[in-house]
Amino acid sequence: MPAVTETRETVEKLAKSSYEWGFETDIEMDIAPKGLNEETVRLISERKGEPQWMLDWRLKAFRAWLEMEEPTWAHIHHPPIDYQDAHYFAQPKKKPGPKSLDEVDPELLKTYAKLGIPLHEQALLAGVEGAEEARLPVAVDAVFDSVSVATTFRKTLAEAGVIFCPISEAIREHPELVRKYLGTVVPVSDNFFGALNSAVFTDGSFVYIPEGVRCPMELSTYFRINARNTGQFERTLIIAEDRATVSYLEGCTAPQRDENQLHAAVVELIAMEDASIKYSTVQNWYPGDDEGRGGIYNFVTKRGICRGARSKISWTQVETGSAITWKYPSCVLAGEGSVGEFYSVAVTNNHQQADTGTKMIHLAPNTRSTIIAKTISAGQSDSTYRGLVRMQPKARNARNFTQCDSLLIGDQCGAHTVPYIESRNMTARVEHEATTSKISEDQLFYCRSRGLSEEDAVGLIVNGFCREVLKELPMEFAVEAQKLLQISLEGSVG
Amino acid sequence: MSVQPIVAQETQALEAFIQRASGHGTALAETGLPTRRVEAWRYTPLRTIAETAWQQAAPLASESVAALLDGLPLPESGARMVYGNGRLLDGLSALPEAAGQGSDPVSPLRGVFSATLNMALGEKGLDLRIPAGTDAGLLTLISLCDGADVSTHLQHRIVLEDGASLTLYDVNAGEGRYVANPRFDIVVGKGAALRHIKLQRESLSGTHLAIVSADVSEKGEYDSFTLNQGGSLARHEAVVTLNAPHAMVHVNGVQIVDGQRLNDLTSMIHHAAPDGSSRQTVKTVLSDAGQGVFQGKILVDRVAQKTDGYQMNQALLLSEKAQINSKPELEIYADDVKCSHGATVGALDDEQLFYLRSRGVPEAQARDILVRAFLIDALDLVADETLRDLLGRSMES
Repeated sequence: MPAVTETRETVEKLAKSSYEWGFETDIEMDIAPKGLNEETVRLISERKGEPQWMLDWRLKAFRAWLEMEEPTWAHIHHPPIDYQDAHYFAQPKKKPGPKSLDEVDPELLKTYAKLGIPLHEQALLAGVEGAEEARLPVAVDAVFDSVSVATTFRKTLAEAGVIFCPISEAIREHPELVRKYLGTVVPVSDNFFGALNSAVFTDGSFVYIPEGVRCPMELSTYFRINARNTGQFERTLIIAEDRATVSYLEGCTAPQRDENQLHAAVVELIAMEDASIKYSTVQNWYPGDDEGRGGIYNFVTKRGICRGARSKISWTQVETGSAITWKYPSCVLAGEGSVGEFYSVAVTNNHQQADTGTKMIHLAPNTRSTIIAKTISAGQSDSTYRGLVRMQPKARNARNFTQCDSLLIGDQCGAHTVPYIESRNMTARVEHEATTSKISEDQLFYCRSRGLSEEDAVGLIVNGFCREVLKELPMEFAVEAQKLLQISLEGSVG
Repeated sequence: MSVQPIVAQETQALEAFIQRASGHGTALAETGLPTRRVEAWRYTPLRTIAETAWQQAAPLASESVAALLDGLPLPESGARMVYGNGRLLDGLSALPEAAGQGSDPVSPLRGVFSATLNMALGEKGLDLRIPAGTDAGLLTLISLCDGADVSTHLQHRIVLEDGASLTLYDVNAGEGRYVANPRFDIVVGKGAALRHIKLQRESLSGTHLAIVSADVSEKGEYDSFTLNQGGSLARHEAVVTLNAPHAMVHVNGVQIVDGQRLNDLTSMIHHAAPDGSSRQTVKTVLSDAGQGVFQGKILVDRVAQKTDGYQMNQALLLSEKAQINSKPELEIYADDVKCSHGATVGALDDEQLFYLRSRGVPEAQARDILVRAFLIDALDLVADETLRDLLGRSMES
């Protein structure tokens, strides 16, 4: 069967390439000592076989980072992060994980069960010791599966002329494209976490949609081989040429454990004339236990530029995980008549903290932006919407509409709204509205009187509250996201 | 969220202030003159005052007083207290009969630059105590400034005992280049009501940095309105605390900004007790290269259940070079609350203009009508008819 031959070839190629570039061989040697200095950056670049220009770029970022201070303006609190007390290349020696699923936080397992995740995947996600080895036969299968899936996909994509590969591969295979666009939206010295990412990013995705191409399928990190273990400093670059269209999904609804507490990803989107990029995220990193211990710190820089006229960038995000979320997916509207959108649901429970929002920078005439942000706080959590709408002098007849709604569940949480509105053009119009409320007794009573349990009632009401955002998600994501919202809020009522 | 003050020690202004404070300037030296990197001042840069060694103002000559008073929209009745260059002008001043003399010092207000500056250089202003259950009527407070490179730092303390009431008409005007930095320390007792109506018409090269703190007790009411209309740079800042149940607060305002001027209305409404309500409507009209700033924060503590907070902030841009920076902010820790804010920015509505033009109204007049209609919602919130008319007249000019 041709498929098998093809698959075997791919696996062989993959095995070979993982020997060349992989991190699973020679692990002992590949672990860089703890700490972050120029040597670390050089090591990462060397181990990834990068050309000189890439190393120079990383070093520039690193030097910029050294001059920068960690931002303190967000409404979040955490113990100081020691940037020298971490490995920046290869995985640190694994701390002894749970020996079996029996030792895993039962709450986590319950969640897995509710999301319908198979047992061996559960063990893997929870980081059970030996799960990697135990997975091997399965893994081959799994890799097999995903390879064949990936190849089929790759074929379809290649026929359309779409490039979709790990960014490390793109640096080797398509240096002219990477060099042209990398860092043009988020410059190396843009911000503290962005600079850190630029210096030490290990992998991520690269997407290039040629002129006039409508990407034949939704692209998802889930299907990308090698998607695992790139979480810590991920770098994504998506370019849509004139009249190109792409929808990209990031993340996974399953809560994932990761020993790396600090995550600092950078995502750059570039849309040319009449191009359209839709970027959807479901973020559900480990939020820590009920006391908030051990959760992920997620400091993300996401920004897109609408370079061409009538181009469009749309961000949709459902943020339920992480101990701390710090992220502001933004749009720079530089092309005349370009459109930026931001749809967000951020849920915090227990001791989670989220400071998230967007920036809409209107540079050109007739640009339009829409911001719909829904914030739900429960437990002892704090959630902040922080957004900026800026109308520059040339943004004639530009429009923005912003709506921020916060829902508080319980009297120990906080919900905050911090919008910045700056206008330098009289013909530009900005409208902003924000509300804060709790779930009304009437709504709860109504649902309860129809026989719904209190938790189901809250789930229903919350899903209704978030509807405007959830309907922007691609179908399969939307269904999972609804389930996820309900699970995230468990134990927050009654 | 605390913002690290950025100390800018090198400025001549700061050095002069600290020298004048002779020993009382420690807090000021620590804070420094805020730069744009200080969040609270990101839209209102103080660089225009940074390089001047501001000196104490000389007593104001009586002819300057007369000239400055002339043309100010002032009520005919009621008590009047007039300050010139930071000193009480006895001949022109009398307290309301019902007002008693207070004896408390002005309380410090940490972390607010205008208050820190005022504490370092404070000059004695009003010190009132309105006895329980007394209506002290109308008091017009006039603060005049005239000079070159001088500054005044009046300190006013106003205490309303339980059930007392007072209408304070707070008029600010001047001539020349100066910094007026008044501080109001206001205490509103149980069931008491203070109406604080302010007119800011500083000189076109003057700087106005006012800071009001008001603590409002059970069922007390602090009802304020500020018309920001003058100064090359003017900030009215209010920190209002609802510290007992059922308090009621209004922090309204209108800003009319033209030329190269910058007017700023910054407020913090702090709900620290249950069942409070606050209302805020601020409208800004900008023409020429005027810059408007609105920063309004509503903070609701965990204990402040059943809070009802509403804030509306609108800006009208009438010229290509005008600029508005607006930051309405909600920080909420209680769940059983009703809080909302809205903000809009835009130009005059073309359709409305067209409608009026098609009825034969000349363009300039049509614009005028629409601008007036825009502002009237806010002005109507001034309950006192006499003062509302006076402010209306001031807005016309």
